[in-house]
Amino acid sequence: MLTEEVYKKIDTLIAKYPTKKAALLPALWVAQAANDNWLPREAMADVAKYLGLAPAYVEGVATFYTMYNKAPVGRHHLEVCHNIVCMVVGADELIDHIGGKLGVGRGETTPDRKFTLNTAECLGACANAPCMMVGDTYYEDLTTEKVDEILADLARK
Amino acid sequence: MPSEQPQYLYKYRQVPGIDDIDVYLKHEGYNAVRKALTMDQEAIINEVKLSGLRGRGGAGFPTFIKWNGIPKNWDKPHYLVVNADEGEPGTAKDRDLMNALPHLLVEGCIISCWAIRSKACYIYIRGEYIQPARQIQKAIDQAYAKGFLGKNILGSGFDLDMYVHMGAGAYECGEESALMSSLMGERGMPRHKPPSAPLPVISGVWDSPTIVNNVETIATAVPIINMGGAEYAKVGTGTPGAGPASRGTKLITLSGHVKKPGNYEIVLGTPVREIIYEIGGGIKNDKKLKFFIPGGSSTPLLPPEFLDTPYDYEALGKTGSLLGSGALIVYDETVSVPALMTRLMHFYAHESCGKCTPCREGTNWLVKIHDRIMAGGGRPEDIDLLLDISNNIFGRSFCALGDAAAMPLAGFFAGKGAIYYFREEYEELIRNGAGGKKRAFAPLQMAGV
Ligand SMILES: Cc1cc2nc3c(=O)[nH]c(=O)nc-3n(C[C@H](O)[C@H](O)[C@H](O)COP(=O)(O)O)c2cc1C
Ligand code: FES
Repeated sequence: MLTEEVYKKIDTLIAKYPTKKAALLPALWVAQAANDNWLPREAMADVAKYLGLAPAYVEGVATFYTMYNKAPVGRHHLEVCHNIVCMVVGADELIDHIGGKLGVGRGETTPDRKFTLNTAECLGACANAPCMMVGDTYYEDLTTEKVDEILADLARK
Repeated sequence: MPSEQPQYLYKYRQVPGIDDIDVYLKHEGYNAVRKALTMDQEAIINEVKLSGLRGRGGAGFPTFIKWNGIPKNWDKPHYLVVNADEGEPGTAKDRDLMNALPHLLVEGCIISCWAIRSKACYIYIRGEYIQPARQIQKAIDQAYAKGFLGKNILGSGFDLDMYVHMGAGAYECGEESALMSSLMGERGMPRHKPPSAPLPVISGVWDSPTIVNNVETIATAVPIINMGGAEYAKVGTGTPGAGPASRGTKLITLSGHVKKPGNYEIVLGTPVREIIYEIGGGIKNDKKLKFFIPGGSSTPLLPPEFLDTPYDYEALGKTGSLLGSGALIVYDETVSVPALMTRLMHFYAHESCGKCTPCREGTNWLVKIHDRIMAGGGRPEDIDLLLDISNNIFGRSFCALGDAAAMPLAGFFAGKGAIYYFREEYEELIRNGAGGKKRAFAPLQMAGV
């Protein structure tokens, strides 16, 4: 299921390492990006074949890491930090607020598949807590007002 | 005040466009590389020794010893791996450094690689740090274009390639042997270290000698070479050369209930009180300080009577806590210690890689008991059980992740952790079961797991 373009990208990754296997994590990133931000089993199998690894091995690696999505996610993947800094400056209230607005619980996706709401562990933005990550964008120093604006903005995209 | 603290790493932090090589070059950029390339291996490592630099990733291991461990005149491949995994809750300084001053890290990598004659450097960046990774990649590309990377750097005959490698979400990958497994395309599980632990210098990635250092450690090579190790060591605590000391400056992440949270560069030995009340502007909403966590989530919390502790490795060590990665988290009187610990235990249980039984089973047990207490079903014997489990994880797990989970509750060797200082809070919750029902503790949610 992976395209020629994906394989070409993987080729440039392989060149960075002394072994093909080392290109596995970056290759999974490329495969995930090419598949609506998740990794179907077939995609993992394709990566395995290309790198000369067993499919079970690749699945074993992929399942170790939380950022490889093993099921479809919404177009906007909200990951709100709730670790011990964000928690005491209102992360749980924010998560409830977002969940209420979108009508979803933690780990769920809206029926129109636009949003997935998840919690995240320390995003490394503790000096600007609470914070969340949406795709590759960080939003920091969040308040409910700010979150409302961000949601409205994302809903239009 | 922060401005009175010498700024060795953050000197040009506020210069607009300092992440661009042209601006960076106008502000002493790559001077240290030029200088280092005229020095031999021994001389550079000696400057690092004189500086007293200790690893900034958490353990505080003397950097020059690691660098010295690489076999001399080694012409086979060997590697520098930069630990940019930054997963310790409370720690955000490496992200700030990479975002704001990417060339400082790239320059530090070039110096470090020259010092150990490594021709390849991998920067392992946690998967969430896409923006910092872009900054670093841009800096690497610019450095190649100007001849600071690639073949025959500045005509010195030294070749060096530098690569960004992205992680994919696993706290455990910050542990150096797990980081190496992950870099090689495996699950991020720790490996046995040679007897000379903590040195993977003989057999690291791809069975080759390897140095793993934190982002800040490597960046600090730049001011050390620019100003000389002895000059760098002029600030700090302890006497250089006479036993353990804390020399130079440290990036800290100040967070939680302070008026001015942020990433700051402080001189080691600055009293915690000064950091919280002057640099941080005091407690938010002028509430009372309840406790602080000095060095990141795995370091035991300390109550206000420790406010006058100098922020350095030795003094914090004597309190029964640790300087760790330099993440000072401040908590006001409204914070419930059992609730905070419940969240933290969920974190460690989720992040345990599963390789060893004490950590895998122990952390989940700690979660179960905390959840029970928070839900109002606590039993009087639970508190001692928590301590017992913690003490059985501590020192018995395969890597230090188990210790990191046990220490916040039961403390380090001095045995003073959250339960020691706030036992009554646990007792009260168990007695009347109040408070806990207010919030259910949802574990980390992920798509499709
Ligand atoms: C569970 C665990 C997580 C760690 N996470 C990090 C991290 O995110 N960044 C880091 O630099 N060191 C981390 N460390 C420490 C590293 O194992 C290692 O000591 C450090 O990278 C060495 O670099 P330094 O000598 O420059 O400090 C972690 C250790 C453990 C046990
Ligand atoms: S605790 Fe949320 S970013 Fe660190």
